[in-house]
Amino acid sequence: MELLSGAEMVVRALRDEGVKYIYGYPGGALLHIYDAIFTQDEVEHILVRHEQAATHMADAYARATGKAGVALVTSGPGATNAVTGIATAYMDSIPMVVITGQVMSHLIGEDAFQETDMIGVSRPIVKHSFSVQRPEEIPEIIKKAFHIAESGRPGPVVVDIPKDMTTPTERYEYEYPKSVKMRSYNPIMKGHTGQIKKAVDMLLAAKRPVIYAGGGVIMGDASEQLTALARELGYPVTNTLMGLGGYPGTDKQFIGMLGMHGSYEANMAMHHSDLILAVGARFDDRVTNGTDKFCPTAKIVHVDIDPASISKTIKADVPIVGPAQAVLKEMLDQLHAAKKAPCADSLKAWWEQIEEWRGRHGGRFKTDDSELMKPQQVIEMLSKVTNGDAYVCSDVGQHQMFAAQYYKFNKPNRWINSGGLGTMGFGLPAAMGVKLNFPEEEVVCVTGEGSIQMNIQELSTISQYDIPVKVICLNNQSLGMVRQWQDMNYESRHSQSYMKSLPDFMKLVESYGHVGIKVERYEDLEGAMREAFALKDRMVFMDIAVDPFEHVYPMQVPRGSMRDMWLSKTERT
Amino acid sequence: MRHIISVLMENEPGALSRVVGLFSQRNFNIESLTVAPTEDETLSRLTVTTVGDDRVVEQITKQLNKLIDVVKVVDLTEGDHLERELMMIKMKANNGTVRAEIKRTADIFRGTIIDVTPNTFTVQLVGSSSKLDAFIEALGTSNIMEVVRSGVSGIARGEKVLTL
Repeated sequence: MELLSGAEMVVRALRDEGVKYIYGYPGGALLHIYDAIFTQDEVEHILVRHEQAATHMADAYARATGKAGVALVTSGPGATNAVTGIATAYMDSIPMVVITGQVMSHLIGEDAFQETDMIGVSRPIVKHSFSVQRPEEIPEIIKKAFHIAESGRPGPVVVDIPKDMTTPTERYEYEYPKSVKMRSYNPIMKGHTGQIKKAVDMLLAAKRPVIYAGGGVIMGDASEQLTALARELGYPVTNTLMGLGGYPGTDKQFIGMLGMHGSYEANMAMHHSDLILAVGARFDDRVTNGTDKFCPTAKIVHVDIDPASISKTIKADVPIVGPAQAVLKEMLDQLHAAKKAPCADSLKAWWEQIEEWRGRHGGRFKTDDSELMKPQQVIEMLSKVTNGDAYVCSDVGQHQMFAAQYYKFNKPNRWINSGGLGTMGFGLPAAMGVKLNFPEEEVVCVTGEGSIQMNIQELSTISQYDIPVKVICLNNQSLGMVRQWQDMNYESRHSQSYMKSLPDFMKLVESYGHVGIKVERYEDLEGAMREAFALKDRMVFMDIAVDPFEHVYPMQVPRGSMRDMWLSKTERT
Repeated sequence: MRHIISVLMENEPGALSRVVGLFSQRNFNIESLTVAPTEDETLSRLTVTTVGDDRVVEQITKQLNKLIDVVKVVDLTEGDHLERELMMIKMKANNGTVRAEIKRTADIFRGTIIDVTPNTFTVQLVGSSSKLDAFIEALGTSNIMEVVRSGVSGIARGEKVLTL
């Protein structure tokens, strides 16, 4: 058996796990591991400019592929800088393995240089964490970390490695385990057949059904099964922010995103439904609005891999614990076996109602005479120019909602955004993580002039590794979503939501060797965007001036029901 | 309602902090908590008493089950069970009347005087939490110098066991 040092074992285990890229930043506690990285070329290390970006790159890779991304950060500040990225992945159930350096074992607890109790700091935002106590454990711990991160309800796992566990001169027998078994961790592999039968009966009997599908469909690789089931039944489908692309966005059965900034028809259909089939969604507060007024006439079938997500905020009538793919497949099989179809007349009437809602608020935004471009127009153009086929990595704010509403995602894993935590600064490193792994695909970062500045240092990483992402910056010179809330709830007192002293983004990106394109008029938009995407090998930053007064609508009225929405600045349901 | 939740978990460093952290993170309440290894030294048994409605307690058990170190969780209050808590209570006992009174009350509650000095008595009492509360009430607080309680341990009646 081969003898390796702890440091070499870390790198070798990653290789044996099939990891191609790791994203990280070196530091004292990691020097042995970085030396082990230097002496091989199978695992490529991407040097970011801030550890947060490393975690977002790893996270976005996971969102695009379903496989755990890997970040490597040093002890102390390196680890704490990664915290936001870990929390981002945790909230959206994204598999990720974060290896953190730690001070020497004998110094732990002595407030040593660059010491942080990373196991403690990260405890509430990880699926699990490991602290290496003996170098021989490293292969098994890394195998377990990947197993835990990727199986069941996915999530980030931290592996904290004290420096003395990686000493180059101390060698141990290395063997990477093919699989691991843990008596205390056995993710559920299939749903309960009896419960699925109940659900199928209810689905067939429903008169006003809605399928409400979330991120579990994306991470659970169940988009195909969801689409098949929905088409078989002919039922309307709404996606959560995390679930976009789980059902084809241009399909006529798709009624848009639901929730706080969901479509009028999706929220109306939810409110008036008599049966909700929730799949891989968690009835988050941004979806349900006031839980006491939530969908008063609906029975709820809730499919989720995490039992704790079921009946947490909204009580399920039929809970089904299991992976979305297996459960939906069994539903389809049972449906075929039942040889029954839903009541055609009820369904026809339901669709007529939905189409009426769809027609009533179909346009959603108005262009006016002003020269200012509407942000929605930019996203529509992006959808057109990229044929709805790009990986769209978003930052957080109004532009994120516009992208969710107006970009038509037809494939899963292509809409990459921080839905749960709402992490500004996520978009650019996320786009980098995706582009690096999918060099042939169009990868776009939709951002605003606020969010982009939260990780703008990564323009330098893009230069170093030649990662030609396209940045679509909707520049409204303000923190748009904050400003919108201030308009709606604080009599337009725009406290700290206006950014003075914005950089000249053109000069800034050019200084890193990238291409900047500024667009101020709608007439120029399509040409400029096509020009940007034609520059296949270059990173292009499009600084697009948009109407600073635009709001995102619909917007649910706080603590109301699903159907209580503002539809424009003056119109309310 | 008060619930006694029993948890069988890996006897690993950090496991306890994950359980305790979960309670504060999710805003669940802890009335008492005890933990010690079992006959199988790779496993610890933790008992936590908490107060909450059905929805909260359902969340507590589900969230505990999600912790990777947790092997099994059971809400003992769902079935027949026994609960015991140990208390040591130190009291001023500096005259004959008080000493006699404490001794008599301890006998009634089947407590044991386990330490005696010219001015103090220390009584050990085992029972349900409410029995211990009743003992404190019966003695009155004026003579109490110090109270230390172990927190509740619980076990199901009959053949039901919480094991691997």
